[in-house]
Amino acid sequence: MNAALHINEKDNVVTCLRALKKGEVIEVDGRSYTVNMDIPRFHKVATAAIAKGGMCYKYGEVIGDATQDIAPGDHVHVHNIESTRGRGDKRR
Amino acid sequence: MKIKAYRRPDGLYGIRNHLLVIPTSVCAADTAAKIAALVPGAVSIPNQHGCCQIGSDLALTQKTIVGFGKNPNVGAVLVVGLGCDGIQARNVAAELRETGKPVEFVVIQECGGTLKTIARGAELMAPMARDLSTQERVECDMGEIVMGLECGGSDPTSGIASNPTIGYASNKLIAEGGSSILSETTEVIGAEHLIAARFEDPAQRDKFLAQVKSVEDRAIAMGEDLRSGQPTPGNKEGGLSTIEEKSLGCMYKAGTAPFKGALDYAEIVPPEKRGMYFMDTPGQDIDSITGMVAGGAQLVIFSTGRGTPTGSPITPVIKITGNPDTYAKMPDNLDVNAGRIISDGARLEEIGEEVFGLMVDVCNGRQTKAESLGHHEFGIYKLTGTF
Repeated sequence: MNAALHINEKDNVVTCLRALKKGEVIEVDGRSYTVNMDIPRFHKVATAAIAKGGMCYKYGEVIGDATQDIAPGDHVHVHNIESTRGRGDKRR
Repeated sequence: MKIKAYRRPDGLYGIRNHLLVIPTSVCAADTAAKIAALVPGAVSIPNQHGCCQIGSDLALTQKTIVGFGKNPNVGAVLVVGLGCDGIQARNVAAELRETGKPVEFVVIQECGGTLKTIARGAELMAPMARDLSTQERVECDMGEIVMGLECGGSDPTSGIASNPTIGYASNKLIAEGGSSILSETTEVIGAEHLIAARFEDPAQRDKFLAQVKSVEDRAIAMGEDLRSGQPTPGNKEGGLSTIEEKSLGCMYKAGTAPFKGALDYAEIVPPEKRGMYFMDTPGQDIDSITGMVAGGAQLVIFSTGRGTPTGSPITPVIKITGNPDTYAKMPDNLDVNAGRIISDGARLEEIGEEVFGLMVDVCNGRQTKAESLGHHEFGIYKLTGTF
């Protein structure tokens, strides 16, 4: 089984098909990435740098924007990306 | 592809032969359940509404319970009303009689209380049960089937494995002349441009986009962050980070067929114009499935990553997971393991064919796991608070 699944060439994250350990090196589409932290199975790992405010792509589409700078190998989840939709809290 | 099903007087085909008890309001719900308990094979729906609702909200409750009675999986109906409730039993019965099915009604205040209503209800239902028991399945096309597509307790495997498998099976059903319904408007947010591009009719496309906008606007008008409810805590623990990510995975259920139309909640899928439809339902699974069953779905296929037990009082629900760990953990509830795509490198087509084969078997009478456990979840979408 591959360590991760890269769904669309535009994507800057891949889905881990097994749990990844900090320091582990994974290969995705012929390139190597060092995993920066433990990441649970089926969560996402960045394959490119995403600057704060930059868009995160999965399925070739925007799934949110970065709330902090994200480096390749970082776990990408609710702690560093957020939804851009349905945000009534931003209008308060 | 031919299946064997129950032909109804209105020309539709049911894959089950339920005797349904419909309470018109919450005030009649317990009495309805007591009547159903007396007649083997009868099932009642736990209606929590039907009184002190106004306008479109009241109309939606009536449309939903009438849709349940009209669903071709139902062979005969008893309607139970309190008498003073907002939805009147005799009106519901009159609407249902248009199908040509056997329909009776009882009213608690007219019968003279609980015990007399139960006695009268059981007296009316017992002959219906005997008549239904003599009805035989006849051959019809698989294309007579309307299938509701649902996902709940999603995780990232839903978008990778189980939803694309459902998309394969849905394409195949539509190629047979059948219909599928993509639902859950909340879980379209972020993927609406991809679905909108597949609508044939520009007016229906605009209606679809307005449905999605209306849900997003509702969260914004409340001054709330949609993230407080979507994705759910389980979605996030599984690895879904945002509603956009969840939606983009959800839409794989819809396969590749063009969309014929955008339906309102509980609106009946036009039998004369089969194909792929969208229905405006909430992301909450039970309310969503209830809307599609009211819209005529004789079969539901439900994708889950985290695992869920949901069934329906009158429609078989096939459960499929893309997560091999969840399949191993919840064998009581899950019918198909599409997680083999991830764990064993199984091909999507292989699991898709297995799912379609199971759909055919279920149409012919095979029980789903939710049916064999007696899961009868039911919930009506509300547009506003009760007055």
